[in-house]
Amino acid sequence: MIGKTAVDNSLSNSVQKKSVIETKPKRKISIPKLLIYTVLIVMAIVCFIPFLMMLVNATRSNEAILSGFTLLPGSAIVENYQTMMSYINIWAGFKNSLIISVLVTLLSGYFSALTAYGFAFYVFKGKNAMFVFMLVMMMVPGQLGLIGFYELCKNLGILDTYIPLIIPAAASPFVVFFLRQYILTTLHPSLIEAARIDGASEFKIFHTIAIPIMMPAIATMSIFTFIGSWNNYIMPLVVLFSPEKFTLPVLMGFLKGSQVAQNLGSMYLGIAISVVPIMVAFLFLSKYIVNSISAGSIKE
Amino acid sequence: MKNLNRYGYFFIAPFWLVFLVFSIYPVALTFYYSFTNYTGSGEAQLVGLANYKRLLTDTYFVEAFFNTWKIWGVNFVLQMGLALILAMIFSDMRVKLKGIAFFRAIFYLPNLITISSVALLFGILLDWQHGSLNMMLMKLGLISDPINWLNEPTSAQLSISLILTWMWFGHSFIVVMAGVSGISKDYYEAALIDGANRWQTFSKITIPLLKPILLYIMITSLIGGLQLFDLPMLLTDGIGSPDGSLNTMVLYLYNQAFKYNNYGYAAAVAYGLFVITLIFSAFIFKGMYGKERKQPRQV
Repeated sequence: MIGKTAVDNSLSNSVQKKSVIETKPKRKISIPKLLIYTVLIVMAIVCFIPFLMMLVNATRSNEAILSGFTLLPGSAIVENYQTMMSYINIWAGFKNSLIISVLVTLLSGYFSALTAYGFAFYVFKGKNAMFVFMLVMMMVPGQLGLIGFYELCKNLGILDTYIPLIIPAAASPFVVFFLRQYILTTLHPSLIEAARIDGASEFKIFHTIAIPIMMPAIATMSIFTFIGSWNNYIMPLVVLFSPEKFTLPVLMGFLKGSQVAQNLGSMYLGIAISVVPIMVAFLFLSKYIVNSISAGSIKE
Repeated sequence: MKNLNRYGYFFIAPFWLVFLVFSIYPVALTFYYSFTNYTGSGEAQLVGLANYKRLLTDTYFVEAFFNTWKIWGVNFVLQMGLALILAMIFSDMRVKLKGIAFFRAIFYLPNLITISSVALLFGILLDWQHGSLNMMLMKLGLISDPINWLNEPTSAQLSISLILTWMWFGHSFIVVMAGVSGISKDYYEAALIDGANRWQTFSKITIPLLKPILLYIMITSLIGGLQLFDLPMLLTDGIGSPDGSLNTMVLYLYNQAFKYNNYGYAAAVAYGLFVITLIFSAFIFKGMYGKERKQPRQV
């Protein structure tokens, strides 16, 4: 696989290793190397400092934030939380986003696997034409059909519901394409033939043989599907109207226009609550996510 | 066994059902609306090419087009520059750097965060008088007066470009590194023996072999960049202030449709955006593969 370049250690491991080197007198670090590390560390700080400011300011009162800058935490986190919660229920947004993203990921994973299997192992009329058409549609940006999509949802009476945010995930051309490439190289047709001779039905073969084999690729794609759905802003913004149904990104926009915006501490806290869970998840999954990005871009 | 092939249709049927209803039909319907004066209610009347004629002479759209390009372009140059320099450093066989996993993770982190949260965060961090960024820079002595980041057209566009760079350079770095790790180590060892310097190794081996990956990054970044919406929408008043400098094409589309109810015209904007994306993707493709008729290396 990819990503085996140098050291694939966890975060803490690599930090430890570095300090080990620094304390070892025998292995000298050359000056250019030191310079490179300094630049890299400065870049890492630049990457992280907006988050650090966010976390620190989330604990400070509005007056403290207005009066000056510091990286020392304050003590107003409870008040900030109460102020924020009196205007918006951020956990409801969290729950909504989670429900939608999980369902989207499941739908996209299952139906894309189904479609990919159909395209990969059956011969039927129009197969190639359909596949090429799907690839062409893959190039079409999401905004192209936005207005038609809105009208469709209006006519179907599904505006202000989660249906338009979830159901379309069952047709994800890119995931189908990726999974088809994957299963063509990993599942040999003779395995399917053997299962047929044993009397397994077509869908049983798919569920008991194809799905387990496709699982690593499905997992890779699921990460992107989940992140994409979690971060999606324009679709729920267009489709949802009731504040209690808002997803986290829409709720963030709502936060900006609300009374909470007067209290910077509460604003920072609200943003922090929307950001920290993802950061924690990333802490555990970073290696896996990074490898998935590598795999996703190279497979194409 | 042949008759089992009809099962193929069962396997792909759900996909096509959903795809036709929620993807193809909306795209076709939008195309139809682009020839009408539909306002979101009542009857849609056909107006021929009027919307497209208006699009070509619409100064706001032209302005949005150039804004989008400026913001994306500056971001792309910075982002790719950083990604390539980092890749060059980390792939260098002479300086074997440790901690690539750590740096990769930190550099990638901003990309994972919800853009609307990022927009909101920078909205208050970049505040002219009370923003933490100005306060920090002044405390460090880097600036003497607060910079009014978001209220002056050039600095507002630059701010968005820098935020985008901050969000995306880690991602590009990972993708470039993935490409680098696919290049056989033999090339580098041979170059080392032949006495090639760092720059020669990088420009004569790494870059040419990375072409498919660079093309991939460029096209996906362009398509994403031309759809820039969340940041300008949430960092400004929603219509692209100051002076319309943050008015991007998709923001214009959104406002035309859902703010001013010009559905017909907004549909034409969507198709204009689509055509522009197609043209520029084709240009990039041709620019990278047009001169030499070489088959891209399959990685």
